Amino acid sequence: MSSTDTSTATSTAPQEAVTDYILAQEQKDQLRFLTCGSVDDGKSTLIGRLLFDTKLIFEDQLASLEKDSRKHGTVGEDIDLALLVDGLEAEREQGITIDVAYRFFATDKRKFIVADTPGHEQYTRNMATGASTADLAVLLVDARHGLMVQTRRHAFIASLLGIRHVVLAVNKIDLVDFSEERFNEIKSDFETFAAGFDFESLEAIPMSARYGDNVTGRSEKMGWYNGPTLLEHLEGVQIGEHELAQPFRLPVQWVNRPNLDFRGYSGTIAAGSVQVGDELVVSASGKTSKVDQILTPQGEARLARAGEAVTITLEDEIDISRGDLLAAAGSRPDVADQMAAHLIWMAEDALMPGRSYIMKMGAKTVTATVTEIKHKINVNSFEHVAGKQLELNEIAFCNLALAAPVAFDPYEANRTTGSFILIDRVTNATVGAGMVWFALRRATNIHWQALEVDKTARADSLGQKPAVLWFTGLSGSGKSTIASIVEKKLHLEGRHTYTLDGDNVRHGLNKDLGFTDVDRVENIRRVGEVARLFADAGLITLVSFISPFRAERQLAREMVGEGEFIEVFVDTPIEECKKRDPKGLYAKAEAGEIKNFTGIDSPYEAPEDPELVLNNVGKDPEDVAEEVIRYLRANNYLLSPSLVSGGGGI
Amino acid sequence: MDITATGLTAERLSNLRRLEAESIHIIREVAAEFRNPVMLYSIGKDSGVMLHLAMKAFYPSKPPFPLLHVDTTWKFRDMITFRDETAKRLGLDLLVHTNPEGLEKGIGPFSHGSSVHTHIMKTEALKQALDEYGFDAAFGGARRDEEKSRAKERVFSFRNASHGWDPKNQRPELWNVYNARVAKGESIRAFPLSNWTELDIWQYILTENIPMVPLYLAAKRPVVERDGMLMMVDDERMEIQPGEEVMEKMVRFRTLGCYPLTGAIESDADTLEAIVKEMLIARTSERSGRLIDHDDSASMEKKKREGYF
Ligand SMILES: Nc1nc2c(ncn2[C@@H]2O[C@H](COP(=O)(O)OP(=O)(O)O)[C@@H](O)[C@H]2O)c(=O)[nH]1
Repeated sequence: MSSTDTSTATSTAPQEAVTDYILAQEQKDQLRFLTCGSVDDGKSTLIGRLLFDTKLIFEDQLASLEKDSRKHGTVGEDIDLALLVDGLEAEREQGITIDVAYRFFATDKRKFIVADTPGHEQYTRNMATGASTADLAVLLVDARHGLMVQTRRHAFIASLLGIRHVVLAVNKIDLVDFSEERFNEIKSDFETFAAGFDFESLEAIPMSARYGDNVTGRSEKMGWYNGPTLLEHLEGVQIGEHELAQPFRLPVQWVNRPNLDFRGYSGTIAAGSVQVGDELVVSASGKTSKVDQILTPQGEARLARAGEAVTITLEDEIDISRGDLLAAAGSRPDVADQMAAHLIWMAEDALMPGRSYIMKMGAKTVTATVTEIKHKINVNSFEHVAGKQLELNEIAFCNLALAAPVAFDPYEANRTTGSFILIDRVTNATVGAGMVWFALRRATNIHWQALEVDKTARADSLGQKPAVLWFTGLSGSGKSTIASIVEKKLHLEGRHTYTLDGDNVRHGLNKDLGFTDVDRVENIRRVGEVARLFADAGLITLVSFISPFRAERQLAREMVGEGEFIEVFVDTPIEECKKRDPKGLYAKAEAGEIKNFTGIDSPYEAPEDPELVLNNVGKDPEDVAEEVIRYLRANNYLLSPSLVSGGGGI
Repeated sequence: MDITATGLTAERLSNLRRLEAESIHIIREVAAEFRNPVMLYSIGKDSGVMLHLAMKAFYPSKPPFPLLHVDTTWKFRDMITFRDETAKRLGLDLLVHTNPEGLEKGIGPFSHGSSVHTHIMKTEALKQALDEYGFDAAFGGARRDEEKSRAKERVFSFRNASHGWDPKNQRPELWNVYNARVAKGESIRAFPLSNWTELDIWQYILTENIPMVPLYLAAKRPVVERDGMLMMVDDERMEIQPGEEVMEKMVRFRTLGCYPLTGAIESDADTLEAIVKEMLIARTSERSGRLIDHDDSASMEKKKREGYF
């Protein structure tokens, strides 16, 4: 601050106006984004422009609160905006950018944190670092050159690190005469290429960072462009709370014990929300308890959600320490000591499979080794290549083995509970960053003892009871409709299911079979066998087949086994089915165009003693499907996972 | 999960709440990972916010680390009073360190000049204190928007055994996972306010009503004009030179440090709201020529490499 500045504020503007303005800004949210581009694409100029212009806008707003509102003169065109984001002396000496820099600016709507990262391939690690906390990426291209190899690389790394929103800044548009055609060409190239990535939003904006066109202010030279300016887009882009929609997760950072009467677990909520009374599970031990108290930075609360730094107390005294993960009891994370993950290598010394590193995952620290490099990924072509070791800035898909089981979610679902760093045991340097894909071996307490993997073990690991729901009835009776709603409902409850119906089986497994009686029997036998195998795998299997003959249904019942076979008779009268005739089959059969059609020239033998009879005439299929769910519940097919085998199954 | 049914909206946490949560996360992480952490308390507004966050992070417990103030013996008396009151009010353990050799040699800004004074009584004194107590982590209230060398510094900033910072050899820092491993003698400087801007700090002070040293507020104070600066006559060590005249003026301070090195500004702003307003608006007149200040930032980078905070 200038010490010679002795200016006094002589404003007569009401104090409250300014205070209100400042306080109103408390409600604005925050957007973290990453900028990447190659040398000379104009990245520094662009960031400088954003910093400079937003500061002017802000100051104008404040000044306008003053009675004698001052306006600023126009900015000299010749200020070198890039100087605003000039680097370290060490970098200036070498004329390069070596590191991620963080910059800040704000508007009335949002505060922005910019991770400014160098674009060269040898800086993949820096880009990954900047991307790890960003909600959005701004990829710069020079309008004269269009998409470059590095644009592909930047998009790939952004997507790998879980960024869902991308802006393609087509810069230096002034050097191609503000050409709409050129812009559209680059934009469509990018859209084609980015279609393979699952970006939620993708906005291409033509701009000139140097002259300010479409950065913060609309360009007068591009009347043809009616999209947003960069700043408008950054202010308005909806960043969904992806984490908020996930099941509750709280990595325990700190156990808070001021006295014997208080035992709190502190950490930052990584996903979902929590309320007093919710049932939580300590994922490593499988112990559960209910939330008693929630302390937030704003005091005691009934509820807290992803992003908040809280302290939680539980109703029961259970053993919890730093590194444990508290999770929604109904939706547990994976617990495993082996996993498959993407790994970015960040050290000069190559990664050696078999060598032991320190893994830090949330608040958990554990010893880890990479057991196998499945493949390396060429960051420019995305090709998979074989490799024995991983060099600085390389990315690979690996298997890892840990000294103890840890709780985690796939990175795709949660960037906090699915990420880790690797630390060198000797130098203590951070050498790698990983994003978990899946567990390779589940480590639950029950399964430690299970020597043989049998049907029960498989079902337990899915946390459910296997069953075959066999829907039988005339063509057009509504079997498939009901079965598919039932499957959806089961799926929503987290059950593992599969549906076999006439169509998907007839086109593959049974495509050699026709509609003669012999073929019908063989058809059912095969389907019965597949259903049995699926039940053996622990799934709830829904079979939707006309299956007109009692004997074949009996055969299927015997194959699957009593107690797991549920025969559901969809009892729709033939008149009604003919009336519906969704595929026009009855009409054809009656015209003699289809032979051996059930109900017309082939018999349907109604079940004598089905587990469930459904009558859907005049009813909402949802309600009919609910009858099936009620039956399953009443007969203990849908117990809560932890009760399936009487233990803490995961 | 039906989010609306639980009273939650899909709205994101506000900027201040996100910053607050991030800082608390960092503070807890340091407390959990290090054997012997300390919080540097410089009595200014950033320190005040950092301390406020530390109180929240461990509530209902007290922060599990002491505060350290490096006292050059030339701080404003009001600062020292405020420091002691704050520690007492919050029930915290406060360590005060002064460089004993500097004290013996009578180092001071009037006799030795500001750069010798700062080096011996601040930089060296800090290193002494960290070594003497064996602290392996020290919290500082610095922000990345303050000056350029900070923009690239990590939240967990690694220091070698002689407290030096090597900008070219920093540990990558991803997500909110911080590498806290250090060998004997090495340490980490942790910056929980890294992502706060000055405006965020003031907004937070206003919304949370955080107590500040009264020197930030305008009041009638005795000052003399020296080298184009209004210097407050804070104690008898300040000699009034021929031609100088002690004036009672309405003044306040924008930053707080050693009183002979800190210029006052004339102002009527005697409430926090008024200061914030004045501070934000004053900027507009200040912009020309002050946009970039190469010398300042390069010298800060150099100081940091030598172990300055
Ligand atoms: N004509 C024109 N020049 C630009 C534009 N943006 C940047 N430049 C110039 O391109 C050069 C490289 O810009 P700089 O921001 O340093 O690139 P960086 O290496 O990506 O940070 C500089 O000479 C800029 O003035 C633009 O939109 N139009």
